Formats: sequence, C-alpha cells, structure tokens
Amino acid sequence: MYKIAVLGDRDSIYGFAAVGLSTFPTVDPEEAGKLLRKLAESNYAVIYITEALAEQLKPEIEHYQEQRLPAIIPIPGVSGNTGMGIAAVRKYVEQAVGSDIIFGGN
Amino acid sequence: MASTHVNPTRMELTRQKKKLATATRGHKLLKDKRDELMRQFLDLVRKNKALREKVEAKIAAANQNFVVARAGMTDEVLNVALMTPKQEVYLETSVKNVMSVDIPQFTYKTRTADANDIYSYGFAFTSSDLDDAVKSLADTLPDLLELAECEKSCQLMAAEIEKTRRRVNALEHVMIPQTQANIKYITMKLDENERSTQIRLMKVKDMMLEDAHHYKERAEERAKSC
Repeated sequence: MYKIAVLGDRDSIYGFAAVGLSTFPTVDPEEAGKLLRKLAESNYAVIYITEALAEQLKPEIEHYQEQRLPAIIPIPGVSGNTGMGIAAVRKYVEQAVGSDIIFGGN
Repeated sequence: MASTHVNPTRMELTRQKKKLATATRGHKLLKDKRDELMRQFLDLVRKNKALREKVEAKIAAANQNFVVARAGMTDEVLNVALMTPKQEVYLETSVKNVMSVDIPQFTYKTRTADANDIYSYGFAFTSSDLDDAVKSLADTLPDLLELAECEKSCQLMAAEIEKTRRRVNALEHVMIPQTQANIKYITMKLDENERSTQIRLMKVKDMMLEDAHHYKERAEERAKSC
C-alpha cells in the first residue's frame, strides 16, 4: 500500500494535509533533497513538489526520472505558476520526437 | 567501407550473412516498435498537457481559497484545525505494459468513503472559507492523481522512445551498411581467389600437356618440313 507525499513551503502545501496526503514542509533545498531521497526509498508512490523547490532539486528529480516509482510531479505553489510543469511536458516531447510538435514552439 | 578487418573466408561470409539477416529483422521490429510507441506517446502527452493545465488552474484556485481562509482566521486556529487530518489516501499501483514499457497505474482508496466527511475540525471556530478551500482541494485530488500517472507514463515512454530511436538509427546507418560492405568485400575476395586458382590450374595443365606431348616442337618440325 503506497502513500502520497507533498513537498514544499508550508503555505503552499498545508491544505493537502486536510485531504489526506502526507505533507513535509521545507524550503531548504539541501534538507528537501535528503527528504526526497528518504521518501523515494520508503513507500511513497507519488511525490508532489512545489515548482519553486523542484527548480532547486533538478539533479535529484532527474535521478528518479527513469524509475517506475516514485512519480515526482511539480505543482504550482502559492506564489504562482512558474510554467515549469508545462515546460517539463514540453521537454518530454522534445526528447521523444526530436522537436516540439505539441506546443507549437511558443 | 570495410573499416574493421574481416577474414575473407566462407565461414566469415556465412556469419556476416546471418548477422545481416538478424540486423534487418531487428531493424524492422524496432522501427515498428518506435512508430507504435510514438503514436501512443503523442496521445498520452496531449492528455497530459490538458490535464496539467486543468490541475494547475484548480490548484491556483484552491490556493486562493486558502489565502482567503487564512485571512479570516488566526494562524493558531488554522493550525489546530488542520493538525489531525481525518482523511487519508492510499494508493494501489499496478503495472501496465505498453510496448515493453512498464507504466504505472494508480488506484486510490480513501479512509473515509464519504466525500463530505473530510473536514478534520468542528465547524464552530473556523470560517466557512476554510471549508470551501478544503473542498476545492479535495475535488482536485482525482485529477492530481491522474496527472501523476499520466506524467510518469510520459516520462518513461519518452525515455524508451529515445532509446529505441537510437537503436533504429544505429542499425540503419551503421550496422546494416557495414555488414553489407563486409559481405561484398568477402564475396569479391573469394571470387578473385577462385579466378586466380582457375587460371593457375589452366596454366599448370598447359605446362603438363606440353611436357607430355611436346606440341611446340612438333609444330616447329611441321613448319620446317613444309
């Protein structure tokens, strides 16, 4: 039985606790990196991470990209949408097709 | 273009021919795999894009609700209200195999089955804005999970497509031409050897016949006597 974790600054994620996800408030990239590794090795199948924090943890996140579990998904935080999530999707298209054909290159 | 040295022998020729057959067959199979993966990937990534836009909009709205809720309450009350969550979400994962890529499938279970039974606080000391905020986030949850599934699948498939494409290209532009060149080189060399053996034999035969019957001397004698 797997669980779901949410990582990010407290203001962005405290609401998720109410709907039953495990929240881990942190803003320090180093601490978040350790936390991410710990969570990935225990039974968390999905880890949501705020875009602001995900930006600083790119190497760690890429490390888990080729593995089936966990799925690490960036979500917009309270400070607004940085467009990183959509940029990631665009990156997958570029990786697979060779050029961006879904987003029309804008 | 035989860059690597191959022995021009019949055994090597058979080996290279087998290699070519395998490479051609593998190339065809991998090309089909790539095409099918690509088709599925494009469908999935379109879905992913739509889903992400939807989820991001919903989360932004939920965050706004939470900001409003916070504004109307003190931090302590809010913390106490959300301190002990009532709801818990468990995930079951299964694996779906799409063209040899294992993509995860999530099904989720909640501890309290009733969607209205998620509020972990009494309603007396909290504002109704908090209820709205929690509700809006709870409504986002199914989409959020679907996004996780979809996005992970896209990640895995993109990696697999890249790998397959490289393999197809390597076979098409390196392996197959090289093997063909090797085969050509060996056949030429073998033909050449055969011709040279043939000529040598003919020459030897000529010399032996000359030794036995002295054709040249007789011809000279005949010429003299005429």
